[in-house]
Amino acid sequence: MEQNNCFHCSDICISSIVFDNKTFCCNGCKTVYEIFSLNNLTDYYTIEKNAGTKPLESISKYDFLSDDAIVEKLLDFNDDTTHIITLHIPHIHCSSCIWVLENLHKIEPLIVSSQVNFPKKNVRINYDATKYTLKKLVELLSIIGYEPYISLNDVSNDKKKVDRSLIYKLGVAGFAFGNVMFLSFPEYFEMHDYWIEQYKNTFRWLMFAFSLPVVFYAAQEYFIAAYKGIKSKILNIDIPIALGITVLFVRSTLEIVLDYGTGFFDSLTGLVFFLLLGKFFQQKTYNFLSFERDYKSYFPIAITKINTDRSESTLQVYDIQKGDRLLIRNGELIPVDAILIKGGAHIDYSFVTGESEVIAKKSGDKLFAGGKQIEDAIEIEALKTVSQSYLTQLWSHEVFNKKREDPFRTITDVISKRFTIAILSIAIIATSYWVYFDSTKALNVFTAVLIIACPCAIALASPFTLGNLLRILGKKKFYIKNASILEKMATIDTVIFDKTGTITSNQKSTISYEGIPLTQKEVTLLKSTLRSSNHPLSRRLYDQLEPLDILPIDTYKEHIGKGIEVKSNSNSLKIGSATFVGVPSFKHNLHTSVHIKSDNEYKGHYLFHNKYREGITTIFNRFHSEMKVGVLSGDNQGEKKHLEKILPTGIPLLFNQKPEDKLQYIKALQKQGQKVLMIGDGLNDAGALAQSDVGIAISENINVFSPACDAILDATKFEQLYDYVKSAKKAMTIIRLSFLFSLIYNLIGLYFATTGQLKPVIAAILMPLSSISIVVFTTICTNLINNKIK
Amino acid sequence: MNIIYLLLTISILVAILFFVAFIVSVKKGQYDDTYTPSVRMLFDDELIDDKLKNGKTTNTDN
Repeated sequence: MEQNNCFHCSDICISSIVFDNKTFCCNGCKTVYEIFSLNNLTDYYTIEKNAGTKPLESISKYDFLSDDAIVEKLLDFNDDTTHIITLHIPHIHCSSCIWVLENLHKIEPLIVSSQVNFPKKNVRINYDATKYTLKKLVELLSIIGYEPYISLNDVSNDKKKVDRSLIYKLGVAGFAFGNVMFLSFPEYFEMHDYWIEQYKNTFRWLMFAFSLPVVFYAAQEYFIAAYKGIKSKILNIDIPIALGITVLFVRSTLEIVLDYGTGFFDSLTGLVFFLLLGKFFQQKTYNFLSFERDYKSYFPIAITKINTDRSESTLQVYDIQKGDRLLIRNGELIPVDAILIKGGAHIDYSFVTGESEVIAKKSGDKLFAGGKQIEDAIEIEALKTVSQSYLTQLWSHEVFNKKREDPFRTITDVISKRFTIAILSIAIIATSYWVYFDSTKALNVFTAVLIIACPCAIALASPFTLGNLLRILGKKKFYIKNASILEKMATIDTVIFDKTGTITSNQKSTISYEGIPLTQKEVTLLKSTLRSSNHPLSRRLYDQLEPLDILPIDTYKEHIGKGIEVKSNSNSLKIGSATFVGVPSFKHNLHTSVHIKSDNEYKGHYLFHNKYREGITTIFNRFHSEMKVGVLSGDNQGEKKHLEKILPTGIPLLFNQKPEDKLQYIKALQKQGQKVLMIGDGLNDAGALAQSDVGIAISENINVFSPACDAILDATKFEQLYDYVKSAKKAMTIIRLSFLFSLIYNLIGLYFATTGQLKPVIAAILMPLSSISIVVFTTICTNLINNKIK
Repeated sequence: MNIIYLLLTISILVAILFFVAFIVSVKKGQYDDTYTPSVRMLFDDELIDDKLKNGKTTNTDN
């Protein structure tokens, strides 16, 4: 272990605290170590290195957890003596985390047990409610650096039940398929031995029994979907499937009742099993992601209200009335539009705009919901209720309210229409032919056509191709909600980007200096000063400056919202905004800047430029060569000239777009018949993302924030976006080829069916063979795509 | 010849037994999280190790 790194969080120690022969960067980290070592949990550091995180200091923010009504809503189980709660902890990232969280009972004996679900980043804790409270539990977790994420969403949503019915159905079908195969085996060889003749009825009726749950339980969905299809006059793929299953079952049952043959129970159960397998494979859920977030996932549950007699009480966010006085502490979110009454407000609107710039406000200024207060506590007066605030109003827009009746027709739907008509006509023609020549065979042929044409392979082509691609892209950090999004992505002809946070990076910015060059001594003093400041701009500038010695500072004064004033020996330094430092005229007022004054002489300023993501020009050019491209920005035009320089010419660049404007712009494009792909990041893009055909949220940290969307793209993979969209288009070609494949199988099968020679054994070979070859074909092809994209 | 009936009964009962076991395990949520248990089982040794060490010295990390 390096000496300068904190033993707990492995940050570089600036002023190190030595305890137990180990160095710590702050008291918080030391406390965590003390807790762990007191409770013999120091293995935490040996399981995985760099496991710890710096604990947060503000504790009073969990006061709302003393409110019984809120606690009740959060608990999974409550019988007054035992409470069970599932908490989401975003920091869970390694095996040390699992270990320490599952050993919580060693730190606090009143915690009975705790169990981590790593993929979901949840911990389920069971504690003794008579002596322990949820508030204490959450505080304990925060102290050891595992702060749970509790939002308004946790109380307003009903707890989702896990739907496992597909697994049950798959189990039933697989179980029946295996057993029926065994039972039908003797008759495949058409031996007429004495023992088979004696036992065949037992075997056949057993097969019948096994097929019952398959038809009436496992295949349920296909009947329902087919019924819905007929009702809305759409010939979907489920109609021939349901028809095939029905005919298979009825004909097989009749055959064994009349002692005419063995029936097709093997093909029937196999068909349902393969179909369900396809459905199962298509499902790919990312447990740790949420595609359905709205403002509720960002907002706190409760807030501190200041009563008229200056006493403080906890108020649930939904109960905030106009005129209420609220206390917003450091790091808390402003839940309603309000007027600032007291205190220096520094609002970080990055949730809303994606812009991480902190905006200073004076008392009397209007504050919008969704901003996060940095630094001291402020007092505000609510102007509106939560649902009427500027930001949250967006969610009352129709886009969010009604589940859009999806007019999108999948490629399978398109083909199944023609397919169903073709099959039905072949069945009728073949039957009428046989009615004319040999009427005993007519019914046999009719049912055989419907059985063999059951579009198992067609129904499997799209789930396996798209399901596989979904997994491939997921591994490449492009997380897509479901397979139909991929199909929609293949139809895209317009790509719209948000600017801030999407094509620019939030975490990096380039800083340039203009003015009289600073002396070495001044830079050293500047760096020493910035080290003590927590302001985001200070942090960024500090990181940018060369590492230097640290000078002792005599006096340090931070004027909140303005700047910093320091004195060291005989030198003084003023760092801050133009007005604070006292610059008469400043032309770059569209850019963020920090001004420097040394010993009462104005030196110059640092300019903060948005840093564009790498590869931005190439990706725009590639999209531009095939589709329409545009940029929507909520910002001012400060970057317009620069953008015009690096982006292809002639693309629309719109500035000063409000969330609602973005939504309307997308809508207008769609009215012109364009299929729009929107890429955004902040809550302000939420409306546009929901309105667009495919909305992709770009995220610097996948586990934390992203608005509701169809897909989430890790910011590091931004350059590959074009390849990803292209791969969706290639997938559609694969599906079309698979359709061709399965048509060939169907033609072979139809030959046997129409000539009246379909034997159960042929059906039992042909059906799985076609399904398996389709699965193999699509898997190989999607993996080829995979190799082509980085 | 009745042995066939006996064998059939046994084989189907065994199959049903496994089927029920599968359904029960799904219902209990055993397949909901397939990652954490794989990590968790590796910890047991270290816990025992920890207790042993504590028997000898008060603080192992000094």
